[in-house]
Amino acid sequence: MNAVSYAFSIVASLAALGVVVERLRRRRLRERHAVWWLAAGFAALVLSVFPGLLEGLADLVGIQEPSNLAFFASLLVVFVVCVQYSAELTDLEDKVRRLAEESAIATLRLRELERRVTGHQGADDAAVRRPARGVAAGPGGPTGPSDD
Amino acid sequence: MPQQLGKTLIVMPAYNEEEAVAGVVREVLGTLPGITCLVVSDGSRDRTVERASAAGALVLELPFNLGVGGAMRAGFRFALLNGFEHVVQIDSDGQHNPESVPKVVAALSRSDVVIGARFAGEGDYAVRGPRRWAMRVLALVLSRIARTPLTDTTSGYRGAGPRAIALFAENYPAEYLGDTIESLVIAARHGLSITQVPVSMRARAGGVASHAPFKAAVYLARAGMALLIALVRPITPPRSVTA
Repeated sequence: MNAVSYAFSIVASLAALGVVVERLRRRRLRERHAVWWLAAGFAALVLSVFPGLLEGLADLVGIQEPSNLAFFASLLVVFVVCVQYSAELTDLEDKVRRLAEESAIATLRLRELERRVTGHQGADDAAVRRPARGVAAGPGGPTGPSDD
Repeated sequence: MPQQLGKTLIVMPAYNEEEAVAGVVREVLGTLPGITCLVVSDGSRDRTVERASAAGALVLELPFNLGVGGAMRAGFRFALLNGFEHVVQIDSDGQHNPESVPKVVAALSRSDVVIGARFAGEGDYAVRGPRRWAMRVLALVLSRIARTPLTDTTSGYRGAGPRAIALFAENYPAEYLGDTIESLVIAARHGLSITQVPVSMRARAGGVASHAPFKAAVYLARAGMALLIALVRPITPPRSVTA
């Protein structure tokens, strides 16, 4: 390893850390998402400054080429973060689904209440009866989708 | 016949069904006087909402497409919040004959979940080829899980009693095939009783079900995966509703 590659690895890990810290500072990244990137960036910085550390670690776990240990560790971090994101995505989808249901139910209720308050008679048959309690089920009138 | 239909809610998931939905709603309301019909528009971009509403149905309008399972859970939630004791799911494309609804509701006095089965001797509905084998395998496995003989586990014609409504309002899968296969597994694993009654079906108004072997294999694979995941999932007791 010559001086250029030594400096390059330090600059690269500093840049990675800088991007994460800057996004954190501007609230474009939440702490719980940033924590893995911060840890990875910090580890990269330490190993860039003290390359002997990586060689020692590789020796310890029996990996002949130290860079392979670095690759393996990087992949591991990316894998963990990806799984975490998939899980968060699933959580968010669940929440969005719940909100969509609540919004649809609230809209229907509002529409029926409005119909009752204004005494508006639906133009159609009265085949729809009232449910046991809660929302008054008036006859379905010609109200369109309420995207107002 | 005029049993508790006043406390029965017909739920029809509908996605861009402006052609068929009004006719089906009118047929349901005409065949079953006193019943309430809820159309869940699953993010439809056509005139499904207006047509269903004009035909006399209550309409739940989901802001975007959630799939049949998503639409059904919204329907179950609505039923729970409004005190309905039975929910009967019917397709909005006219494939299901509403005359069988009283039969399904009657069976709900004995079971928590009732499946309207298509191959159980009534009607003229038939599926052939690999897809039929795939459905047979599914039926066999699910019969073991549900501890009752089931022949048509992917039927969208089904009824739910009070216990099933409470469970499904919280716990109804939105994944592909989740609404049919996984929901049965959930019901069985929560100790609900499942039974099937024969219902008559009509040929689909539009569109033909696929019989291609490759598609049948993919279908079976996805169904098998849905089944496996459903079986290893932890059982969550239904929470009480917070309205």
